[in-house]
Amino acid sequence: MAALTHLEEEKLIKEQGYNDHFYDHHHGDKHQMGFITKYIFCQDHKIIAKQFLITGIIWAIIGAGMSVIFRLQLGFPEADMAWLRPLLGKWIVVNDDGIGSLDPNFYYALVTMHGTIIVFFVLTAGLSGTFSNLLIPLQIGARDMASGFLNMLSYWFFFLSSVVMLASLVLSTGPFSGGWTAYPPLSALPQASQGSGTGMTLWLISLTFFVVSVLLGGVNYITTILNLRTKGMTMWRMPLTIWAFLITAIIGLLSFPVLVAGFFLLMFDRGMGTSFYLSEIFIGGQALDNVGGSPVLFQHLFWFLGHPEVYIIILPAMGLVSEILSVHSRKPIFGYKAMVFSMLAIAFLSFIVWAHHMFMAGVNPFISNFFVLFTLIIAVPSAVKVFNWIATLYGGNVRFNSASLFAIGFVSMFISGGLTGIFLGNSTIDIQQHDTYFVVAHFHIVMGIAAFFGMFAGIYNWFPKMYGRFMNETLGQIHFWGTLVGAYLIFGPMHYIGLAGVPRRYFRFDSFETFKQFDALNQFITVCAIIVFALQILFVVNFFYSIWKGKKVTSKNPWESNTLEWTTPIKPGHGNWEGNIPSVNRWAYDYGKDGVDFIPQIKPLAEGEQHSELHQ
Amino acid sequence: MITEHVMTDEHNHGTHDTPGSWNGAAEPFKASYGKLMMWYFLLSDAFTFAGFLISYGALRLSMPSWPLPDFVFSTLPGGITHAPLIFVTIMTFVLILSSVTMVRAVQEGHRGNQSGVVKWMFFTILGGLIFLGCQAWEWTTLIKGESMTVWTNPFGRHIEDGVYLEGDGHDIKAGQTFTVGAPYLIHYHDGHYNQLKYKNAAGEVKEQAFGPKAFGALFFFITGFHGFHVFSGVIFLLIIMLNAMTGLYQNRGNHYEMVEKIGLYWHFVDLVWVFVFLVFYLL
Repeated sequence: MAALTHLEEEKLIKEQGYNDHFYDHHHGDKHQMGFITKYIFCQDHKIIAKQFLITGIIWAIIGAGMSVIFRLQLGFPEADMAWLRPLLGKWIVVNDDGIGSLDPNFYYALVTMHGTIIVFFVLTAGLSGTFSNLLIPLQIGARDMASGFLNMLSYWFFFLSSVVMLASLVLSTGPFSGGWTAYPPLSALPQASQGSGTGMTLWLISLTFFVVSVLLGGVNYITTILNLRTKGMTMWRMPLTIWAFLITAIIGLLSFPVLVAGFFLLMFDRGMGTSFYLSEIFIGGQALDNVGGSPVLFQHLFWFLGHPEVYIIILPAMGLVSEILSVHSRKPIFGYKAMVFSMLAIAFLSFIVWAHHMFMAGVNPFISNFFVLFTLIIAVPSAVKVFNWIATLYGGNVRFNSASLFAIGFVSMFISGGLTGIFLGNSTIDIQQHDTYFVVAHFHIVMGIAAFFGMFAGIYNWFPKMYGRFMNETLGQIHFWGTLVGAYLIFGPMHYIGLAGVPRRYFRFDSFETFKQFDALNQFITVCAIIVFALQILFVVNFFYSIWKGKKVTSKNPWESNTLEWTTPIKPGHGNWEGNIPSVNRWAYDYGKDGVDFIPQIKPLAEGEQHSELHQ
Repeated sequence: MITEHVMTDEHNHGTHDTPGSWNGAAEPFKASYGKLMMWYFLLSDAFTFAGFLISYGALRLSMPSWPLPDFVFSTLPGGITHAPLIFVTIMTFVLILSSVTMVRAVQEGHRGNQSGVVKWMFFTILGGLIFLGCQAWEWTTLIKGESMTVWTNPFGRHIEDGVYLEGDGHDIKAGQTFTVGAPYLIHYHDGHYNQLKYKNAAGEVKEQAFGPKAFGALFFFITGFHGFHVFSGVIFLLIIMLNAMTGLYQNRGNHYEMVEKIGLYWHFVDLVWVFVFLVFYLL
């Protein structure tokens, strides 16, 4: 028994795959011939995936660029920023000596937008949107999503949402500036701050469109996975990527609507003068006549989405990493079913821990106990996954390339960030740590950097499938090592200054006697942030350069992987497979089985061979 | 248990062979992708409504008092008052009846009876329109007749015993006594709310306080959101009925699945009303 040759593979698909008469109805692909239907209002999942990815990359540059600007402010508050005037205009205030400084209002706007953009536009749409679209039909053996039309709408609602958010950035009063969590009263009263007026209105409209996009996508992903799997692709034979996308979509489907409910009430408080979230407020010495509302109610509604949202971000990354680690260590994933059950456990628990974001918001301490308990229990399935990834690598014949390095980097980040989560999950320790840089460091590592690493791993690994070319490996490895070291150098010191009590969301620290001592450390963090940002630009250059000039893929299955997407042509057209849809005879992780390096899912069992999944 | 897959020919997929195997694209819940999508949409919509109703609960429980539904919703067309919950009972009955007619439309669809589908969908649309009309009348009564707005709630309840020092020209007369929990409506005349003076057991003179603001806002918002669902449902029903009349679904030969899908939505909207009805009118 040996791995398949191309001829054998084609023969297998021809003889054992099934003919769904797809090409009887799609003669010459006449529906996707024009430029507009092929590249713009496209219903092909592969193009939609690229649309999500490239829009996500643009947003990532904007969102990360913002962080560089506010890091400059934090590291070098006295420095002259007049050179940023061409970009930021009036938000750089130039004094009589010609020294430019950042407008404090705009600092808050930058922090708010950085969070909103990275969490929603990059790590939700850019990550889950890209890879769910690309991999679900390809890996389960489907021609496309269940509804290509809704899938297209999903992207265009995201686009609309992006346009509205982008418009809010160039308002004369600036975008919303009350923090990405949009707590009332800052978000509910237009007169509360500069950004709370039109900026907040556009923020709400934008995110409402965004939720529509997520729901349209999610409904499609779930239905496609449950309904359109090819012959032989039982649930327990699906790659972990697909399990991750399925669970992510379910979480999104159940949590985003609650955010919308919260948003609608907020819109009414803003637009109609109701008092759902407002009570006993004085502005400029004047009492408002809003009484009876509860700002904590919004926090509950927000975090009922907000907490599952971090799993919406991290689960797709986990799925990608599981697949990539298995392929590149040439070993079956360790504990396949344990991986699935731990993802399900994480998904379930994610719905009953939201108030750990609110320990200091006036929640009853007895209720907090409940949330502490379930928060800490999440460590169990998370640890199961970490041990399984390490066990997958252990003793493997690991290929160290950009994809697998970023996957390993993901595991490293997830461990580092996960450990600090155990501190913050305790309501008592949270009394000291809440709203400090310790929190900032924790969530950036565990869901920001980790999710980015998962995304990078996915991009390096599936770039050949997306564009028929490889990304440059040398630049990829520079990107990896620089980002890995840089990210730890940025967020490591933040743990330290956070433990010392330095609060987040402050405009500058040099005027506080207590925090002055960390000036040098803040400068160090800023310098590292600039370097890491430059490395991401290197990645973007590599990405676009490789689309046109990268090394061409010459064989269908460059990573010698078992999953179905590598049985399609190098550049699959609409419908993915040229003839029959392949049928599946085994799980996705037969690597190194019975001395064979890899056995694709389409290969039937040999005489007397046992199903590997029986032993999982 | 996963067993060896038995190869079947291409026309056979979708039928059962060995247990635990999967033949691909075979509708695991015996539901097409369109129906599944409708179910998932309804699931997410249920969470939206749950978000609203839980917000309602949280705000209501944080208030010292809450208007008495039997008192607030006691008007009927034709100037009849003191008929607690009669009007909303009729509304609810009509809506539930429209679910019954919807079931009949789906059933006729399964039978492939085009005129039956159109007939029963027509009755469903009629039920939806009557419900919307009732809701419009109820809102008008509350806004125009009783001057309830999203900012001001004239429906209150006493939190102590006392005796009225003046009457309102409607139900309340000077000298009338009341006990804790007694409901009242602050009437709106000539541009201002007329809060009646009363004396409590300790002999202090006070005036009727407004009810919790959240009541009006929540009522208009949540019943409005539900009404919007009914309204969009009526629009979709209308489109699908017209399609059914043109014979579109007959030609598709899929047993009027579109009618079934909109039916799912319609039943969901009715089900949600049961909860809205529960929290606003019964509790």
